[in-house]
Amino acid sequence: MFEYDLAVIGGGPAGLAAAISAYENGIKSIVVIERDVEPGGILNQCIHHGFGLHRFSQELTGPEYATRFIKRLKETEAVLLTGTMVLKLTSDKRITCVNKSSGLFTIKAKAVILAMGCRERNRGPIGLPGDRGSGIFSAGSAQRYINIDGYMVGKKAVILGSGDIGLIMARRMTLEGAKVLAVAEIMPHSNGLSRNIAQCLDDFGIPLYLSHTVTEVTGKSRLERVVISKVDSDFMPIPGTQKGFECDTLLLSVGLIPENELTREAGVLIDDRTNGAVVYDDMQTETEGIFACGNVLHVHDLVDFVSAESEKAGKNAALYITNECRSHNKDAAIHISNGNGVSYTVPQKFLPSRIEKGLEVYFRVRTKSEKSLIEVRDEKGIVATYKREFLLPAEMEKLVIPKKLLENSKGNLTISIKER
Amino acid sequence: MYDVTIIGAGICGASVAYFLSQKNIRLCVIDKETDVSMGTTKANSAIVHAGYDPEPGTLMARLNVRGSEMIERLAPKLSVPYKQIGSLVLAFDERDMQTVRRLYERGIKNNVKGLEILTAEETLSKEPNITKSIKGALYAPTAAIVSPWELCIALCEVAAKNGCEFFLENEVKAIDSGSDCFEIKTNERKIRSRYVINATGVHADSICKMAGSCDFSMLPSKGQYFLLDKSQGDLVRHVLFQCPSEDSKGVLVSPTTAGNLIVGPNAERSNTPEDTSTTRSGLDHVAQIASKTTDKLNYKENVRNFSGLRAVSTREDFIIEPSSFSKRFINVAGIKSPGLSAAPAIAEYVLGLLEDAGLEADCKESFSQGRRHIVFAELSDEEKHKLIKVNPLFGNVICRCNTVTEGEIVQVLRSPLPPRTLDGVKRRAGTGMGRCQGGFCSPRVHEIISRETGIPFEQVELDKKGSYIVANDFSNKSKD
Repeated sequence: MFEYDLAVIGGGPAGLAAAISAYENGIKSIVVIERDVEPGGILNQCIHHGFGLHRFSQELTGPEYATRFIKRLKETEAVLLTGTMVLKLTSDKRITCVNKSSGLFTIKAKAVILAMGCRERNRGPIGLPGDRGSGIFSAGSAQRYINIDGYMVGKKAVILGSGDIGLIMARRMTLEGAKVLAVAEIMPHSNGLSRNIAQCLDDFGIPLYLSHTVTEVTGKSRLERVVISKVDSDFMPIPGTQKGFECDTLLLSVGLIPENELTREAGVLIDDRTNGAVVYDDMQTETEGIFACGNVLHVHDLVDFVSAESEKAGKNAALYITNECRSHNKDAAIHISNGNGVSYTVPQKFLPSRIEKGLEVYFRVRTKSEKSLIEVRDEKGIVATYKREFLLPAEMEKLVIPKKLLENSKGNLTISIKER
Repeated sequence: MYDVTIIGAGICGASVAYFLSQKNIRLCVIDKETDVSMGTTKANSAIVHAGYDPEPGTLMARLNVRGSEMIERLAPKLSVPYKQIGSLVLAFDERDMQTVRRLYERGIKNNVKGLEILTAEETLSKEPNITKSIKGALYAPTAAIVSPWELCIALCEVAAKNGCEFFLENEVKAIDSGSDCFEIKTNERKIRSRYVINATGVHADSICKMAGSCDFSMLPSKGQYFLLDKSQGDLVRHVLFQCPSEDSKGVLVSPTTAGNLIVGPNAERSNTPEDTSTTRSGLDHVAQIASKTTDKLNYKENVRNFSGLRAVSTREDFIIEPSSFSKRFINVAGIKSPGLSAAPAIAEYVLGLLEDAGLEADCKESFSQGRRHIVFAELSDEEKHKLIKVNPLFGNVICRCNTVTEGEIVQVLRSPLPPRTLDGVKRRAGTGMGRCQGGFCSPRVHEIISRETGIPFEQVELDKKGSYIVANDFSNKSKD
């Protein structure tokens, strides 16, 4: 058995930032466990630019962004285990791993940071009917085939879902010479960043069909044809609105799911709204000494925010270890719940006593709105309000509620959206 | 010249091949697909039925009970996933209870062991998640779940190891009857054979007609399914059937050997023997009927839908008999449910028919009957460690959802009947069968297939012939 102060599961953007931050906050005995042969996670296949605008005020590609963190990690004493898969995590922070050189081994750590990222939702959960030939890819798999393996996946494509990966892939396919015939989105609004709609669809004249979904898939060997239909407000296809596209490729960009199988097995409490762990303001889960950050906690739009969140997790894990793993007083925690128009908040709980300047809360809204008011209430009434010109479900919102406003608040907090 | 040629590498063809490969004869199997187990065998409820269902005295009744006993013995020998979890036929009202009593009587006549009629309380204590208004159930402890394609593959692998030749991607185009042999023409070759076994599932009538006349027709019936994630696999503990009624044959809810939950099928007449598409309306219908069994089915955890064709024919019973034109051309047709359960017994029966038709064959002295198949995820920590030390490829996890290692993928690619497609590897090693459905591991498995088989990367296919994955000719960028 190997012992470390801190074990970080996942060597993508979240794991890298968390490990570096823990190191910079005084922890030297760190192991980062990565299943791929290289660290960097999904960034390695994201060769488009646009990463790091917030953090570095530069437009970097995914690999460039990752490299900055990988370089920094390699300057530390942290141990990076690549090609290593975690098979099991227990609540007492024992981690069972396998790799080719060491076989099966156990790591025991004082604190664990979960940074496993997320996976793509596929055909099953969206119940896409039809034939099951080849040519139907999740957008990320297609991206890997094109950007890592160097093979095109098809010549004529329809994309279902307007999440960011789908939009990026619409442009990527086009640049590689394929024809993207349509992007269909079941919601009345896009699920991607506005800048991606502009740069990946509008710039290339790719039509976006809002309130549309795929209703027929034909092709027993290879995909031959896809039919999309308009949907009503209950997302049911409206008869007579079918549009057919002859195509050999269907890319699915229909959502990301935090990869929490290890988390669940360890008995860590999961929030149904985020599909990630319930965390406190220090990114600690309900299981003491286990922290979570990045897309395994909730799906982010921008890696810049993943890095920032993960640094917070790294710093607080370091603090937990230096404080001899003292538990925090859960009973004093205040809950944050989602009110009208808000689908979730992260963190879900906080301890007022340890807020330094303000409490950072990330959340998403349910529907698109303009000239809105974000209202934070406690049991007595309004604690704070924030004006926003635009709110989009696809764009994560962040609030920093000042400490002094929280000092006088009473009971649990609710965040909701109002018209102005 | 072959002694026996089996057309069709589904569960029936595979079972016959397995038993015949124990004999000193020249034997081959032909199938039009890229792999064995590609028809009904890979798309059904994956149940080994206890045998109370078929009408007493029918071939179905006889071969079901015998076959299910044989599978119980065969599965461990062949490293095939099999669990005898028992089944319940649920009764929701008094009319259902009458059906349950009728099935019980029938089961007794068919020699099914251990049948019991349970009260509502007994049923609920066995299955706490089912609808509370249950009246009772028929309990059949000998019913089991199995991985049907793995059983088929294992039987074929053992046959191949013992000298049976397999000609895949060989579609039969014509069959000429000679005085002492048949000549089978495929898209690729001519095969002369003294005996022919027609085990072609939903195509049995058209194949039979190629050789002579045919006195039955196939009426394929399509059934659609949901396969829910392993997170839902313990919702129920037994195979749960509903009572068949006039308007519906009922839908089953059952765990699978891989730990998933299967829900289905409906029954709809299929227009073609190739139509395995799923439809929104068909799946909605399945979900609606299944809700009678339990309201706890979480379709958000659905990982895959599929549909399969039942080889229903114009006759009530299985058709396992010499054709009207030759004793040496034997039809194994109309093998609908409980065909999977009966398959090994069907093979035994076919061997008898071959003998009747004059096939003389001694048993081989050296028949290699077992099959070793390592499943990394099922090993203890110590065994895992030892295995990686012997072969480091077992330390490289490729499929994260099902913890399938590179070692297992290489193992199946070097098996006696190696797959050539992504789904071929999937059926043997379990890659891409988990919740992400290959989203992560497909490109990686793709690479390993190409490396191990020498098939160029761009020519590796998903499953059926023509199911290419990467566009192989992309040098001419489309300009339209």
